[in-house]
Amino acid sequence: MRDVAIIGIGMTEFGELWEKSFRELVAEAGVRAIMDAGIEGEEIDAMYIGGMSSGMFVGQEHVGPLAVEVAGLEDLHIPATRVEGACASGGIALHQGYISVASGMYDIVVVGGAEKMTDVAGGSATNILASASDREWEAFFGATFPGLYALMATYHMHKYGTTPEQLASVAVKNHYNGSTNPKAQFKRKITVEDVLKSPLVADPLHLLDCSPVSDGAAAAILAPVEVAKKYTDKLVRIKASAMACDTLSLHGRERFDALPAAIHAAKKAYEKAGVGPKDIDLAEVHDCFTIAEIIAIEDLGFVERGRGGPATEEGITSLHGEIPVNTSGGLKSKGHPVGATGIAQLNEIVLQLRGEAGERQVKDAQIGLTHNVGGSGGTAVVNIMEVI
Amino acid sequence: MMGVARFWREIPQRYNLIGTKCSVCGTIYFPPRAICPNCRRKSAGKMEDYKLKGTGTVESFTIIRVPPPEFEGKSPYAIALIKMDEGCHLTGQIVDCNLEDIHIGMKVEACFRRIQEDGKRGAFYYGYKFRKAKE
Repeated sequence: MRDVAIIGIGMTEFGELWEKSFRELVAEAGVRAIMDAGIEGEEIDAMYIGGMSSGMFVGQEHVGPLAVEVAGLEDLHIPATRVEGACASGGIALHQGYISVASGMYDIVVVGGAEKMTDVAGGSATNILASASDREWEAFFGATFPGLYALMATYHMHKYGTTPEQLASVAVKNHYNGSTNPKAQFKRKITVEDVLKSPLVADPLHLLDCSPVSDGAAAAILAPVEVAKKYTDKLVRIKASAMACDTLSLHGRERFDALPAAIHAAKKAYEKAGVGPKDIDLAEVHDCFTIAEIIAIEDLGFVERGRGGPATEEGITSLHGEIPVNTSGGLKSKGHPVGATGIAQLNEIVLQLRGEAGERQVKDAQIGLTHNVGGSGGTAVVNIMEVI
Repeated sequence: MMGVARFWREIPQRYNLIGTKCSVCGTIYFPPRAICPNCRRKSAGKMEDYKLKGTGTVESFTIIRVPPPEFEGKSPYAIALIKMDEGCHLTGQIVDCNLEDIHIGMKVEACFRRIQEDGKRGAFYYGYKFRKAKE
């Protein structure tokens, strides 16, 4: 297997982008990544694009050729594959792109993700997102997507004493970080009180415990390290890329206080990279709900099981804490166009490792991690990147 | 609107809590499974129908306040993760009680209820919900 580097990144602003279509978002993120890498279109060997449900959100499937067409690459007939794993679709695109370059099959590969969620009304978005859960045995009975994470939150609070204030402190931290990110959907700082005063969506989760419905796209360019040296001297290497699956439904799992797929993907990634949680300088984790970040930092081994709430409240994961988590603002504040999220996480880690994160730069960041989850934990992708 | 067959074929499971039992290791599953994750290929073709008693314990719960379109006008309602006495878990609503009285560890029993309807002119879909178990 060959070492794989990221030679370019690019993303759109995240938000309610009513003036931009699905294909415009795909084009904008792709072009930015290609410009950043300094490559020509004809050098691209393949593309992998993550998307959860363009079919239900904008009535458009068959996203591969759409991406080829917007990039103006149809004469080259390059293969472009759309991959789907709910909110982990972007992470899977990265994982597939990594495999295709590491294996020697392709040299220059574009990995991307996109979702256009605001062309449908709010109720429809809830329904579409419920398709990431088990339609026949969860959603049919009235479980919503926030509802499933709320079940995990109630369980975690009962077992470990996690409090609503600790949940809220995740949102407060991520909004603070997002306030420094020009691409973020919400650049507004909030307080614990704001979170607790916002309406309940699914007890104990309030509106401000939830990531928003967003439009956006993100892309990155991968190349073998040897080839990458031609394009950039700020090399960021993918040290490990691991993916794991579990049952589709939450009720089918062996436990409800953790995401076993995320634990498994993290273990595989740490082993492959030859590092442990203590070696990670910063991480972008899948905070679709505040409880999800608390469980994530436990699953990744940054804190002991059950300590996620107090650790967040103590500031261990804040921008200048021991292990900064979601410096971009996370899904909570940066926005969560589901298919784009895994690649947007990679964008943040690469920016930080290159030392280009501006106001929110983590000092001397050498190793960064992304943690991208699909559904209530049916899919998890963990990637570890380092400066070389 | 979805085809009615999609709901019709789940009637035994949703009306009568028919799950499956692995005849190799004896583990009981609900919702039904075609393969036992303990026995895998040894269990192929050896999963038998098994009717749950319908009693279980609340492992976790939430109150849904922002419902999906099919449940518009029905919120707030309670959704719970329930550990059935046979050992398997499922997701269902808890009804016939004050929402504030629901707690982890509460004993519940299945009851037969209307779950949702397919628009104003479509079919009614029935299935299980749960209520506080009789002592």
